Amino acid sequence: MATLIRRGKIASPSQPEAGAVLRLEPQDDPAGIAARLEGAARVEVNFPNFTDGRGFSNARLLRERYGYRGELRAVGDVQRDQILFLQRCGFDAFVLRDDQDAGESLAALADFSEAYQASVERPQPLFRRR
Amino acid sequence: MYLYDPIDQRIVDERVAQFRDQTRRYLAGKLPEADFLPLRLQNGLYLQRHAPMLRVAIPYGVLSAQQLRMLAHIARRYDRGYGHFSTRQNMQFNWPKLEEVPDILADLASVQMHAIQTSGNCIRNITSDHFGGVARDEIVDSFTWCEILRQWSTFHPEFAYLPRKFKIAVNGAQADRAATFLHDIGLHARCDAAGQVGFRVIVGGGMGRTPIIGHVIREFLPWPHLLTYVEAILRVYNRFGRRDNKYKARIKILVKARGPELFRDEVEAEWAQIRDGASTLTDAEVRRVAGRFTRPEYQPLEDLRLPQDGPFGAWQKRNVFAHRQPGYAAVTLSLKKTGVPPGDVTEAQMDAIAALAERYNFGELRVTHEQNLVFADVRQDRLEALWQQLRQLGLATPNIGLLTNIIACPGGDFCSLANAKSIPVAEAIQRLFDDLDYLHDIGELDLNISGCINSCGHHHVGHIGVLGVDKQGEEWYQITIGGNQGMSPLGTPAAVGRVIGPSFAQHEVPWVVERLIEVYLRHRESDAERFVDCAHRLGIEPFKQNVYGHPDSPRKDRESVAA
Ligand code: SF4
Repeated sequence: MATLIRRGKIASPSQPEAGAVLRLEPQDDPAGIAARLEGAARVEVNFPNFTDGRGFSNARLLRERYGYRGELRAVGDVQRDQILFLQRCGFDAFVLRDDQDAGESLAALADFSEAYQASVERPQPLFRRR
Repeated sequence: MYLYDPIDQRIVDERVAQFRDQTRRYLAGKLPEADFLPLRLQNGLYLQRHAPMLRVAIPYGVLSAQQLRMLAHIARRYDRGYGHFSTRQNMQFNWPKLEEVPDILADLASVQMHAIQTSGNCIRNITSDHFGGVARDEIVDSFTWCEILRQWSTFHPEFAYLPRKFKIAVNGAQADRAATFLHDIGLHARCDAAGQVGFRVIVGGGMGRTPIIGHVIREFLPWPHLLTYVEAILRVYNRFGRRDNKYKARIKILVKARGPELFRDEVEAEWAQIRDGASTLTDAEVRRVAGRFTRPEYQPLEDLRLPQDGPFGAWQKRNVFAHRQPGYAAVTLSLKKTGVPPGDVTEAQMDAIAALAERYNFGELRVTHEQNLVFADVRQDRLEALWQQLRQLGLATPNIGLLTNIIACPGGDFCSLANAKSIPVAEAIQRLFDDLDYLHDIGELDLNISGCINSCGHHHVGHIGVLGVDKQGEEWYQITIGGNQGMSPLGTPAAVGRVIGPSFAQHEVPWVVERLIEVYLRHRESDAERFVDCAHRLGIEPFKQNVYGHPDSPRKDRESVAA
């Protein structure tokens, strides 16, 4: 059973939600759903394969350009070794691939304690905080 | 070199722990090979023909003596006693054991080194001109900007899974010594009329299967915008670069498909959204980074008249480069002695070079993309003493810029992707052109050899290029002429070489090179006209004639042999 991590904790599967669930495939332009973001229950960004990095850019665009504040969930080939970067790009929820260990994956969010770049998680780059 | 602060160190240490855990899970069967592969590649680890290969980053080619000693230690302890300097200003070890790699990374971290992003589909080690900080034609110290870019690109969360690898080069001087037209992004420093520093931005150059000279998409980018602009380029590439075919996935293919103008418009539109954002560089940050570099404490000295004759004179003329500080010089240590694979150094040599760097060069050295080493700050009155010592180590071959200063990738002796060997070809050519006087008479000539189309040996930009090709399971070599990495401010610009005709067997290659040189010596206008300039003036026809139409030609019937 796939684990859901939400805001840094293992969460129980979602109850039926009010509002639409929007979904982005790697090739989709986030601009296409920008008008519907308000009132959406969540946005799911699909990773058919974890090595397809388009979802990382799309997440940043949703957060930084289109001002999306709601739940942004990574689904598909989501593994422990990518979720920290996903979180830095603005994801706050992950449905882990079936074989992933939930505890180990949570620990992965603490693999690095600092980062150089500006990100959704930390809008100021290190050089402005150093 | 740049000295880490506690945060830089922590990030590298945390990487070691992360990779140790990934390796543990892989060896325990908990991390499938397909999932581990991109992770280990982003740490420079290949599993290939004989054993794993580990590529260690030498950011923009700068090393301290202490770091070189650590590389020597790693060669001794975990490898077979030597390492290989690559054309990416990295060091490669060919025999480490997978289970020991985390320990190697921990040793590296103890001297502020790592293997982060030395492979994989991410932003790779930033390369630079190796005379940064000392060249007389310098505009900015490229190393400061390289370090700023290194930090920005290290674990950039958005760009860890790009369509393909991504290489950035920074050149800080008038002359382009960093091949900026042959990188995914080339940044060439310049000053505007008001004296403000900025960069010319070149995108979409590259070698490999589809060699392309890059396009200038911005003539002048003021320095505060460096990171936001580069980020805009990467974002456009990450979103729209092809992912369906790895041979069409580099940014050069996207730029070509869109056309440079449209691509530039997309980048500018993206940049318009993020410019002046938090990633805009500040004066304080540039000063902070520049201030963390160790600087040589020069003595007030006068320039000396250096001997032009004899063996020392020959070395001095070829391997010593003018310095902007009076009384000092930059020295290239040639790793291209005949019979030694280009770029290879033994652990004993590394220790000895480290000792010399401490004695003669403020404890630092640089690795060049031509696989040589540079002592950038040597006192002129100590050049002769240094030369004597380098001679004993076999590092004083006076061949910098000459035909025997061959760039060659590891090729079929080590690399699982190779079509053909490159090291024995390099050696056979070096043996044929053993006569120093003849070599000096031929003058400047870059001869580059790659064992396959991946072009790690930069054959496309060799004045003479040699490429290993596979013909029905046999090793053959295709010859190109007229390539140029765009080094000199004068003469031929960056160019991709043209194939002269059907391929040759390994033992025939030196003969072909000799015939090409013959044409050049016959037709050159003066000593000042280099082989490459002459090849551009004449076109390839006379060269072809002298190879395929020659009475001794092994490939006479050029019409009936497929190229
Ligand atoms: S050019 Fe080919 S043979 Fe040479 S190192 Fe690169 S991949 Fe290997």
